[in-house]
Amino acid sequence: MEEERSSGVIGRLLGGVNRTMRRLLFTFMSSGPIPQHIAFIMDGNRRFAKKWKLEEGAGHKAGFLALMSVLKYCYEVGVKYVTVYAFSLDNFNRRPDEVQYVMDIMHEKIEGFLKELDMVNRYGVRVLFIGDLNRLDEPVRVAAEKAMEATAKNTKTYLLVCVAYTSSHEIPRAIYEACQEKSGLALALNQNGKNIDGIVNVNVVIKVVDLEKHMYMGVVPDPDILVRSSGETRLSNFLLWQSTNCLLYSPKALWPEMGFWQVVWGILKYQRSYYYLEKKKKQA
Amino acid sequence: MRYNINDLLSSILAFELFLRSGYGCGRGFSEDILQDIDGKICGQNDNIVFILLWHVIHLIVRVIYLAQEVLRAIESYLVTNGFVTTYQPLNLNRVKYLGIVIDSDEARQISEVIQLLDWLSAIGVKKVCLYDREGVLKKSKEVLVERFSSAKLSNEDSKIDPIFTKTQMQFEFVSISDGKEAVAKAANLLFNKYYLDGDTEKPFFTEADLSNALKTLGVVEPDPDLLFIYGPARCHLGFPAWRIRYTEIVHMGPLKHKKYGLILKAIHKYTKVKQNYGS
Repeated sequence: MEEERSSGVIGRLLGGVNRTMRRLLFTFMSSGPIPQHIAFIMDGNRRFAKKWKLEEGAGHKAGFLALMSVLKYCYEVGVKYVTVYAFSLDNFNRRPDEVQYVMDIMHEKIEGFLKELDMVNRYGVRVLFIGDLNRLDEPVRVAAEKAMEATAKNTKTYLLVCVAYTSSHEIPRAIYEACQEKSGLALALNQNGKNIDGIVNVNVVIKVVDLEKHMYMGVVPDPDILVRSSGETRLSNFLLWQSTNCLLYSPKALWPEMGFWQVVWGILKYQRSYYYLEKKKKQA
Repeated sequence: MRYNINDLLSSILAFELFLRSGYGCGRGFSEDILQDIDGKICGQNDNIVFILLWHVIHLIVRVIYLAQEVLRAIESYLVTNGFVTTYQPLNLNRVKYLGIVIDSDEARQISEVIQLLDWLSAIGVKKVCLYDREGVLKKSKEVLVERFSSAKLSNEDSKIDPIFTKTQMQFEFVSISDGKEAVAKAANLLFNKYYLDGDTEKPFFTEADLSNALKTLGVVEPDPDLLFIYGPARCHLGFPAWRIRYTEIVHMGPLKHKKYGLILKAIHKYTKVKQNYGS
């Protein structure tokens, strides 16, 4: 009993020291610009499971733990928006049992999240699920919509989870929505103006701002850093439209290995390139 | 005490300025650093230690990057002069289309761009897409044509910049107006096609619809397999979004510090990459 108590005390002490050191480092780093929005491509879960000879699916579970740590560090340092690429439309091409496994994990985690709503609302986290939610299994979609509704009033920090998402779906969809909006507008104008039955005014013009308004990601500012774990250097159809002035960072760590030092290094890289990227944003 | 800390901060900032100006971050940065000095020194006294430490951290980071740069220069020298043969022979069949993003300010150094293209031509790259945000390279195409003198124009009546064919390399010139603006034009094309007549069925637009609309506007080239970024930061600066879905993106550093050996290494690394495309 004595031993357990002392290791408990030592554990808590070390944890406390760790937390204080981390907060101190984040305070130093806050002397420079802190990114408002960081996006993560959570790549490498399956490779992690293979590397450590774990059972299939264990990589995704480890990946979820890494996600929780990374989110904690981002919110502690002062990042307001965090976007994660949880499931791509391309991932539906995987083996059905693997797809089902990921859907089950998502369902389990969202249900778990809904049980901790008090704490979530205390921290002011708003959760948004971004993508073609109709492609998800019914229970997952319902749980996701419940989570979005339950946190809709929070404004302190945002967590955007991209599921059933690709930019090559997002962009044509935004065009479609913009066309729908413009045609409605044009019809209304026609009804007030000239009497041209059923024919839409050809002078309606769709601009870039109209498209951006209808993007899934139009609800938040563009990301400042886009992180892809496991050292891969491609964007894999993620936030292609929104990454115009975004710093791309590819740490070699697999997603379940991601943590504190990758977040710190990513922010330091952002601070190094801050003036250059701000200049580019102003030139646009 | 406050005066001494301010002195120390000024010295650190001055040293940072020296390092940055030496390593190609451009004149703009020196102005920003001076603003930094003004802002931070006039800040609150109790934060000045943290600000000092922040500058020390960034100094250390800068020294790490400098050391990395020196190592890369040595590696490039060894590869270029044949001491390291890991990256030969190159399997260029995998690099069907190479994209190059150059920071517009750096692209104004046309001699550097020409040297880069000469190296790529020597390596054996056949098709190159040159992008810079402001269209500086588009304005310099006559100079580039003159340099690669066997080039001849084709598609002169096309709406976007024509593709130059040469016995060795084909070029495409792209700028920011070929990015989001081109998608907006495609959106208007689709709107006019499907929404003009109120009675026709309005399909839900897919990737194929957008690709076809863009083809009508003259965007006929394929997606680049590999994208080199020459500039201060690893950022694609607005390269047309729908063309880099699965493109490998490599940051090569500032254009004036380009290295032949590292180009070979980057191409070699790309040929070894295995993509699952999500599955």
